[in-house]
Amino acid sequence: MSVDAHAIEVQGLHKSYGDFQAVKGIDLKVEVGEIFALLGPNGAGKTTTIEILEGFLRPNAGRVRVLGHDPAKHERMYKERIGVVLQETEVERFLSVEESIQLIRSYYQDPLPLEDVLDTTGLSDLRRVRPRELSGGQQRRLDVAMGLAGNPDLLFLDEPTTGFDPHARRDAWDMLRNLRQLGKTVLLTSHYMDEVEHIADRAAVMIAGKIVSQGTPQELAHESEPTVTFKANPAIDLPHEFESTIEWDGSRYELRSKDLVRTLHSLTGWAIENGIELDGLSITNRSLDDAFLELTQDLDARADD
Amino acid sequence: MLLTQLFYESLRFWRNSIAAFFTVAMPLVMMVILCLLFGAQYTVDDSSPVYLSTFYVPSMSAMAVIGACFTNIAMEISISRDRGLLKRYRGTPLPTSTLVGAKLMHAVVLGFLLVACLLCVGVWFFDAAIYEMRWGMFAIVLITGSATFCALGLAVASVIPNAESSPAIVQAMILPLLFISDVFLPMENAPAWLQWIASVFPVRHFALGLQSSFHPLLASDFHEWVHLIVLGVWCTLGLVVAIRCFRWEPAK
Repeated sequence: MSVDAHAIEVQGLHKSYGDFQAVKGIDLKVEVGEIFALLGPNGAGKTTTIEILEGFLRPNAGRVRVLGHDPAKHERMYKERIGVVLQETEVERFLSVEESIQLIRSYYQDPLPLEDVLDTTGLSDLRRVRPRELSGGQQRRLDVAMGLAGNPDLLFLDEPTTGFDPHARRDAWDMLRNLRQLGKTVLLTSHYMDEVEHIADRAAVMIAGKIVSQGTPQELAHESEPTVTFKANPAIDLPHEFESTIEWDGSRYELRSKDLVRTLHSLTGWAIENGIELDGLSITNRSLDDAFLELTQDLDARADD
Repeated sequence: MLLTQLFYESLRFWRNSIAAFFTVAMPLVMMVILCLLFGAQYTVDDSSPVYLSTFYVPSMSAMAVIGACFTNIAMEISISRDRGLLKRYRGTPLPTSTLVGAKLMHAVVLGFLLVACLLCVGVWFFDAAIYEMRWGMFAIVLITGSATFCALGLAVASVIPNAESSPAIVQAMILPLLFISDVFLPMENAPAWLQWIASVFPVRHFALGLQSSFHPLLASDFHEWVHLIVLGVWCTLGLVVAIRCFRWEPAK
């Protein structure tokens, strides 16, 4: 087996369907053993990207190497090393959970032992059950089990938890953390920011066919600034240094800051000096969710211009 | 790997009781009904009584093989495709040849087993005459026909837009052909132009080929090689369409 510098390497990837450009030149690098999330709203090009990496779609331009292979060639050696969990697939209706997994295992030279597959995906107690009797979350876990059955080095998960209730999502995250312990590289797509915060090592935000931001979930969250809010008389004279960053939202001031400590120092110093009460002073650390919404809105605004 | 795939293919088929019933029981039930209605009353030849069951065994054999190969494969593949199963397998190391090969092999074996059942039932219960049967030619026609209808099943599966329409499309293609192709009733009294139309399609040649090798009284106007050649042409046509148009994913 060749030593791969990166599990996934993508440069200048383009894909269009007719006139519609689904992917507009993206670059990606995913390290071996990493859980990498591709996140973005519906129609951002996430599925197109992941299906190019899986080999289902051919790119119009760009260089794609996954585990040292060109996925478009459909090499059997490549398929041996990847596990694919598609966004919308049913399983065989007339095979039990165990039979479905065994069928997929039979396709690989060195599959993961059945018990390991069942344990990792939490399906051990459901092995004799037909898919129709499984809940949505359990069916999705069976999808992941089938992706995992071949003991792949790299697992693709296209929206593994879409449509789950909060409890099922927690279970799914536990399962994904199990995958990390198995040393798998995982590329997943998601439109849930909290999901990425919980399980991903790194993430790329994809909007309208482009990657607009990339980094650890913390870095992505930090890209948007913490906000200081307080109530005060709207008529007061604020310090000059805040003029550009402060906003009055009708009932309170919102002050954004890159350097929170310094900002708070000047704000509180100014308040004490002038005898101003900062009612309800609070600091909000924006979540990745907000960061994501912000990025999306920015881009929408740009598109409208 | 092929054997494993074949095993799961049959597991899946037999557990899908409705589809299994239609494919397996229909030809048997039809033959029993037709033989009960006509088989005992009429004899083809007065001198040495040959019951009409002798006609229905090869006819229903043709229908059984068409059901197991053509109908079954066309529906199976279009449904599997719409459910995303084909795409799922495409993402694994399973070779296409094994996936499709197992489906075809399962259909052919099923067809042969059905023909064996029909033969046994026909001979034991309805006195079908097999003493003048040419086994070799019967087998050749059977194999050629199975291959042809497998190929056509694949071809139709490749051009069917979606699984919802597949039963309608498949039945609309095959039912009228069965009626004008000497399967339920001999076509001797049919208008010449209808016979001519029927002779273009493979169903009639398959049925006539099986009949004429089953009993000399059922010998058709065509030479057996004509039947085989027409079947071969359709087989090639089916393969070409199947290879050119096969889709792994549902139509968008």
